[in-house]
Amino acid sequence: MFKKILIANRGEIAVRVIRACRELGIPSTAVYSEVDRAGLHVLKADEAYPIGAAAAAESYLNIPKILDVAKHCSADAIHPGYGFLSENAKFAQACADAGIKFIGPTAASMEMMGSKTRARQEMEKAGIPFVPGTSRALESVKQAKEVAAKLGYPVMLKAAAGGGGKGMRLVHDARELQPALEAAQSEAQRAFGDGEVYLEKAILNPRHIEMQVLADEQGDVVYLGERECSIQRRHQKVLEEAPSPLVDSDMRQRMGEVAVRVAKAARYRNAGTVEFLVDQEKNFYFLEMNTRLQVEHPVTELITGLDLVDLQIRIAAGERLPFRQEDVLIRGHAVECRIYAEDPDNNYFPSPGKITTLFTPEGPGIRLDSGVYAGWTVPVDYDPLLAKLIGHGQDRPQAISRLARALEEFFVAGIKTNAALFRRILADEGFQSGKIDTGYLERLLSSEPDGGKKETASIAAIAAAAFAVLDAASKAVGNGTNTTDTGAGASSWKKAARVEGLT
Amino acid sequence: MIYHVTVDGTEYRLQLDRAAAGWDCVLDGREVQMDAVLAQPDVLSILIEGKAYEIRRERVEADLRIWVGGRSYAAEVRDPRSLRGRKAGADHGKGARHLVAPMPGKVVRFLVGENSPVEAGQGVVVVEAMKMQNEIKSPKKGVVLKLAVVEGAAVNAGDVLVIVE
Repeated sequence: MFKKILIANRGEIAVRVIRACRELGIPSTAVYSEVDRAGLHVLKADEAYPIGAAAAAESYLNIPKILDVAKHCSADAIHPGYGFLSENAKFAQACADAGIKFIGPTAASMEMMGSKTRARQEMEKAGIPFVPGTSRALESVKQAKEVAAKLGYPVMLKAAAGGGGKGMRLVHDARELQPALEAAQSEAQRAFGDGEVYLEKAILNPRHIEMQVLADEQGDVVYLGERECSIQRRHQKVLEEAPSPLVDSDMRQRMGEVAVRVAKAARYRNAGTVEFLVDQEKNFYFLEMNTRLQVEHPVTELITGLDLVDLQIRIAAGERLPFRQEDVLIRGHAVECRIYAEDPDNNYFPSPGKITTLFTPEGPGIRLDSGVYAGWTVPVDYDPLLAKLIGHGQDRPQAISRLARALEEFFVAGIKTNAALFRRILADEGFQSGKIDTGYLERLLSSEPDGGKKETASIAAIAAAAFAVLDAASKAVGNGTNTTDTGAGASSWKKAARVEGLT
Repeated sequence: MIYHVTVDGTEYRLQLDRAAAGWDCVLDGREVQMDAVLAQPDVLSILIEGKAYEIRRERVEADLRIWVGGRSYAAEVRDPRSLRGRKAGADHGKGARHLVAPMPGKVVRFLVGENSPVEAGQGVVVVEAMKMQNEIKSPKKGVVLKLAVVEGAAVNAGDVLVIVE
């Protein structure tokens, strides 16, 4: 087993990995940029070293600096978390070259799956179903029309070099094709410097369902169930759940076996995720593979009873998978929401700043993976994910009601968060019915939110005045030694709460 | 004691006093049975006609937000006795407010000029950051005292952009 693990990340995922290290009795080393000196991951680690200025390029993406720290503190393994260097083949190779174990797949697997066209070619060889279409750039309008006719409309034009929705056009019939093709090509040229466009069959209102896979270094691969990730805003996931309300055990087995074939075709090791698009007829198509641990891994952990980070470390240390496919059982349901420092009244613009108050939920079926604390200043320089809040229960309705209840207990002051978005989603009948797809959230947000503020406005008025009365009374008393004027009379419990609040 | 409370723009007249056996509360002329204790400096347990509420208070500079359940309200409490001696026509806010850049970016344009009146929530300046344009709004009703930067300026998080009084 490893003597020391360096976590090349920050925030909640760094804390997650540090916790797994602690449970395994392995010392952990944190790295921090200038704005993260008081970060939660630094507080929780056994050792910590500075790695430079706030900008990610100078710190969390700085391969030589991170490897220097690893060598200096004699770490024999590095966990990359997600984002940052987690899918950087150069980094994985640099670790291997330095004799430090990278906790994840090999550089070769990352390279194969990192290129969309290469991944499609490999999948074709392996007989994996993917969205029908061309794997090469379209050469002419005539060719495009032929391909589209064969595929059947509607079709989607996509940029070969693309991402983020740019260079994409949905085409409903042959008349729209030429103008759409020209528009897509010029947009792709402007955005990516590469005007190549290809064609896929358009899947209307697809669902994004992904399958967790786990492979040991001896070549055994298992699937650990799927996650439904269709609740997205601007192509970013905000709420995930496991299992998917659409997938029954037969479909799970078929998707799982395909995912295992994908992983084997990539000679994959450690934890990874195979993403599928699913159409309204429940046909699933390979979209891509994520060669890292994902943000939403907790929902899988909760329904399988497995600790994925613990397994990642063990696998990297050479241990075999301690169970077989038939031992993997799905039980209950889990729903996760990603709480971001964003202003919902300002188009979800990031809202960095100091968290002045933080109340976190507790109780049955609640898990909170947080990277923040009261008093922490959320920096502007990174993705503003504050915490993941997960509700789980014996079925989907219970998981939803637990998460909704937990969100009521959750309170942040000092910065804005997107928590209200989740209250709205969880209360929505459409979500509760499980009939969701990747267009769901945009549809919900474009509809009128319910008002219902009037009746509690008067309560807020009374409360505001009551605060004023009680503040004045507290000030009049001055120090904390009298038992009066929390308004409660002499209760030592309340006195203790007040004194604690004042210190 | 009489309080004038404004909650999200709606005004309430509240008579609120601590009495020997609890609180006396009259809201806009209607008697309300209530009781309140502070659980923590910014957490209030309030009972109104038997219903229990956990109220949280959020103070950001001179702004006050009251949270009831998952909803927050902008609130302002005025004790009329303290208004004695104030100049007639004084505005509701408490002094000059600095609008700062929330993150590094570029000032795209100003939506109002110096000496213009502004309402609470009115857009004052547009800052571009992370490839998105962000409209910074005035936190109070008042007058633009000063435009502290020029259009096109690059700004850092925390840089003062506009002062509203």
